[in-house]
Amino acid sequence: MTGTTDTRTTAAALALGDDALVLSHRLGEWAGSAPVLEEEVALANIALDLLGQARVLLSLAGDEDELAYLREERSFRNSQLVEQPNGDFAHTIARQLYFSTYQRLLYGQLASGDGPFAGLAAKAVKEVAYHQDHAEHWTLRLGDGTPESHRRMQRAVDALWRYTGELFQPVDGLDLDLSALDTAWLDSVTDTLGRATLTVPSGPRTGAWSAGAGRQGLHTESFGRMLAEMQHLHRSHPGATW
Amino acid sequence: MTAVTAGTAGTTGVPGVSDTAAAAEQAAYEAVFDAAVAADERIEPRDWMPEAYRASLVRQIAQHAHSEIIGMQPEANWITRAPSLRRKAILMAKVQDEAGHGLYLYSAAETLGTSRDELLDKLHTGRQKYSSIFNYPTLTWADVGAIGWLVDGAAITNQVPLCRCSYGPYARAMVRVCKEESFHQRQGYEALLALSHGTEAQHAMAQDAVDRWWWPSLMMFGPPDDESTHTAQAMAWKIKRHTNDELRQRFVDIAVPQAEALGLTLPDPDIRWNEERGHYDFGAIDWTEFWDVLKGNGPCNDQRLSKRRQAHEDGAWVREAAAAYAEKHTGKHGEAQA
Repeated sequence: MTGTTDTRTTAAALALGDDALVLSHRLGEWAGSAPVLEEEVALANIALDLLGQARVLLSLAGDEDELAYLREERSFRNSQLVEQPNGDFAHTIARQLYFSTYQRLLYGQLASGDGPFAGLAAKAVKEVAYHQDHAEHWTLRLGDGTPESHRRMQRAVDALWRYTGELFQPVDGLDLDLSALDTAWLDSVTDTLGRATLTVPSGPRTGAWSAGAGRQGLHTESFGRMLAEMQHLHRSHPGATW
Repeated sequence: MTAVTAGTAGTTGVPGVSDTAAAAEQAAYEAVFDAAVAADERIEPRDWMPEAYRASLVRQIAQHAHSEIIGMQPEANWITRAPSLRRKAILMAKVQDEAGHGLYLYSAAETLGTSRDELLDKLHTGRQKYSSIFNYPTLTWADVGAIGWLVDGAAITNQVPLCRCSYGPYARAMVRVCKEESFHQRQGYEALLALSHGTEAQHAMAQDAVDRWWWPSLMMFGPPDDESTHTAQAMAWKIKRHTNDELRQRFVDIAVPQAEALGLTLPDPDIRWNEERGHYDFGAIDWTEFWDVLKGNGPCNDQRLSKRRQAHEDGAWVREAAAAYAEKHTGKHGEAQA
């Protein structure tokens, strides 16, 4: 443990807040392009829930807009998983499955404690239960749908597997039993993939080079471009209010 | 209403029933329908209705539903660039609501015996239209505010009377849609107010957006009354309650003082209060532009339709997967029950 209570809370709030902010942004990119109208509603709904969480968390760490719009790539603390491009619908769903399963377990633990995130977690855990349910149902439909959807879903769960280990690396300010969280995550995801007739990926869940990765401000290439788009207007009008 | 349930109408050709009897029966149905409309009763899905009434409603509701989903695009264009997290959340919620409105409206259209798939196919092949306004581009953030204020404002002026439309499912959909639209309109106005009272650059951005969106918003009420082919019949059926020009005037009367409150000007030197009429006079609309956009030659017609088609095509494998999964699993379920 390092730092004072306040800086530890800030560090944890940034990690969790950036996760929610960045994933919300990615889901926002789907607007107008979803495969069915019902998914326009669902994806926007999840994006809005995540943005709501991000705003609460970033406000714990400082000014939400300054933090979202004026930090550079190397200062963001989100995991690399959430910044991964949307890809096809299967990639988006695999990313949702991995992340919402993690978030549900994480908020479950935080809600049962009495730390600075207990209040937020108690509210958010209801939202993320819905997100996980949504992701699981689509994993089943795509995995156990047509040969084409099965192939795409398997490709997606394989491609994103290497970003899942990072979720369970220690975050300063979060005093959690991470190994229990990881075990529960693996059980849940293994069960869902099995029911979806998919194979649990066998590769490593993190790379040696990227140890620490997003939590240390080390991101993937597409992230800088995402931030450029997100921050451009705000940065073009310094000091303006909107 | 107490109208006759459809299903037995039009028995021409049934052995033993003469053409005269069928015609009399048809006339009786029509009389019941006309009386219900005259008494301001609601026509419901199982009631008999003239085929032309049904076709006209399908056309109008479908076009309305299509407008909601095509209308997501110009605003979604700014979701990833919204300048504050609060504005981003408001915009996401709005675009989500539009998808929801599309869903209500397709459901309302389906009560008339068509299907969402069929209607989407007509949209994708250009056989059904959507509102001409969505063929204009959103070039700056202020356009999002201008759309909220002017485009949603015009839509509400059009839609509030539809809450009393003679067809029940459409009228009820409109009640829900109007509530949410009014909320968006206020938020759009408030976003524009923040800009017009912000920095010089923000004010200029707001003025530019209003300059570009004002005339297209007036065109949303459709052609002038003497060129509107559907108005007379739609009013007789109480689908429409006011003419295009009446609604357009109502909108101008509301918008002019709002523009003043915003500290922005409207791009029409001929706007002035007419004491005698009790309304604002305003300049001539460029109907050449209106018809041109309607014919497909607006700045974004191709782009909007291509994006919609692309989303539909890209999503085909997902819809097929969902159908295949449902079939497998209801099948298994059925066997288990048997």
